[in-house]
Amino acid sequence: MPSPVQETNSNVNLQKKPNKFFKFLNSKNVVPYIFVFPFLISFLVLTLYPAIHGIIMSFQSILPGQVNFIAFQNYERVFNPTFYKALLNTSTYVILTVLILTIVPMLLAILLDSKFVKFKTLFRASIFIPALTSTIVGGMIFRLMFSETDSSVANQIVNLLGFESVDWRYHGWSAMLLMVILASWRWIGVNVLYFLAQLQSISDELYEAADIDGASAFQKMRYITIPQLKPIIVFVSTITIINGFRMFEESFVFWETSSPGNIGLTVVGYIYQQGIGQNDMGFGSAIGVVLMLIIFVISIIYLIATGTFKRGEE
Amino acid sequence: MKKEKNNIGLKLVGNIGFSLIALVFLFPIIGLLISSFRPSADLMRDGITFAIDFSTLNLDNYMYIFQQAPSYWSWYGNSLIVSGLTIALSLFFSSMVGYALALYDFKGRNLFFVLVLLILMIPFEILMLPLYKVMVATQLVDTYFAVVLPLIVAPIAVFFFRQYALGLPKELMDAARIDGSTEYGIFFKIMFPLMGPSLAAMAILQGLTSWNNFLWPLLVLRSNDMFTLPIGLATLLTPYGNNYDVLIAGSVLTIIPIVLLFIFFQRYFVAGLTSGGVKG
Repeated sequence: MPSPVQETNSNVNLQKKPNKFFKFLNSKNVVPYIFVFPFLISFLVLTLYPAIHGIIMSFQSILPGQVNFIAFQNYERVFNPTFYKALLNTSTYVILTVLILTIVPMLLAILLDSKFVKFKTLFRASIFIPALTSTIVGGMIFRLMFSETDSSVANQIVNLLGFESVDWRYHGWSAMLLMVILASWRWIGVNVLYFLAQLQSISDELYEAADIDGASAFQKMRYITIPQLKPIIVFVSTITIINGFRMFEESFVFWETSSPGNIGLTVVGYIYQQGIGQNDMGFGSAIGVVLMLIIFVISIIYLIATGTFKRGEE
Repeated sequence: MKKEKNNIGLKLVGNIGFSLIALVFLFPIIGLLISSFRPSADLMRDGITFAIDFSTLNLDNYMYIFQQAPSYWSWYGNSLIVSGLTIALSLFFSSMVGYALALYDFKGRNLFFVLVLLILMIPFEILMLPLYKVMVATQLVDTYFAVVLPLIVAPIAVFFFRQYALGLPKELMDAARIDGSTEYGIFFKIMFPLMGPSLAAMAILQGLTSWNNFLWPLLVLRSNDMFTLPIGLATLLTPYGNNYDVLIAGSVLTIIPIVLLFIFFQRYFVAGLTSGGVKG
């Protein structure tokens, strides 16, 4: 990376113009590095250093006042039934949330943007408002709505439909349902905003041209709207995959650190349980490294498959 | 004529449909709001329910918060400060980075973009403990700076600004160069304003992230008068549930400023989108 900077420097010297230093700072070869500089610093201090430190910790047994190098012993312990349970829960959650949080907001945004809906601002605001709550507050509300008593909203609805009341926080399927509903409720509105912002930037001329060619509403959606939305579809789904694997609070708010039969345990929850709860930071770090590799591989595959590394359309 | 009728039917379906959707999304908030006026014993017993005895609604929960919970208000002030700092700093730095990644050709550009994605992919939870050690060593624990620091250059915002800036007209930059503008002038005077809609969207998102941030502040904040709202509220969430009343009224008051922020930015958002100049 230093090479282009040096080249520019010598170019400037050769030209021997006034304000050399400013000229140097304003050169097209230097400017992008200055813009990116704060990011570089924050990457080194806030990500690279702690990541390396975390990886080193994953090869250590860390007891108070006593740190020993134990090679791969932590990793040998990682692949146990509890970890697989956590990974299964997390993967299920990722798949469900990616589907829901990409498709539903896109459809809602397209419908909101159509001429058939009048109170756009009001509807958009209503759908977005859940995102204003924290996971802690939102989770508390859903705990109260899905509480085990017959009088809670969820059980009143279930009873009305002729089913028995459900102990929502104590079954595998309903535990997953709680977490997915909480996340969907909070995030659909945010993703609708992303899709709307992109929809507004699609040129009317494209649609006018399509009208002249006699395209149907479906064809316009298929050949104009969805291709134009692709950058945001990739953005939203990538973020959802990554956040899904990092999920912790949605589980914590329902069961704190331990759920019956680990039905709410996620990989990050397992890190927290082992690293902080059991104070086994070496083992916690090893789980973290494994998780990091899983996220890394899946995201890269996904981004390559969707062509994100290619230069923008222009 | 026939088409007109068709449209009226569709409009009716569209608006009624969205009214129902809006109601479903708002229902939990309405439930929270009504519950905040219910006696805490009822709330403990029933949860949020359709069967509300309206004669029991009262202001006790709020009276308590306003009169006997001074620390709640210091948490409130702390959250306002932390969120304000986060929005200002992260929008400035992240938009700069995203813009450079999208519109300049330079060596290492793809590498930087991969680094952005890498940071997004690394669970903060594994960076948290080593970072916490740094905070302790530099004696930054229990300061606003420590809370804000990890959010200053937000990879999600960089990613979003980059995607958005890819759609900005590059010809404008060349035109400005011909007019003698500096590269910094191009960014601050021309391109930054053009990124308005994305800035508004990210202001909302960063404000939210910061206002609702939980795990990191929990680690670096120690004294009660430095707590932010989520941390403070969590201390009320004892296993005995004896603070449910304050917790629920406090939660309602927590949502209000962020609603104001959203309404405030929504205007800019819509104005920015309709002023054109985005992507032709």
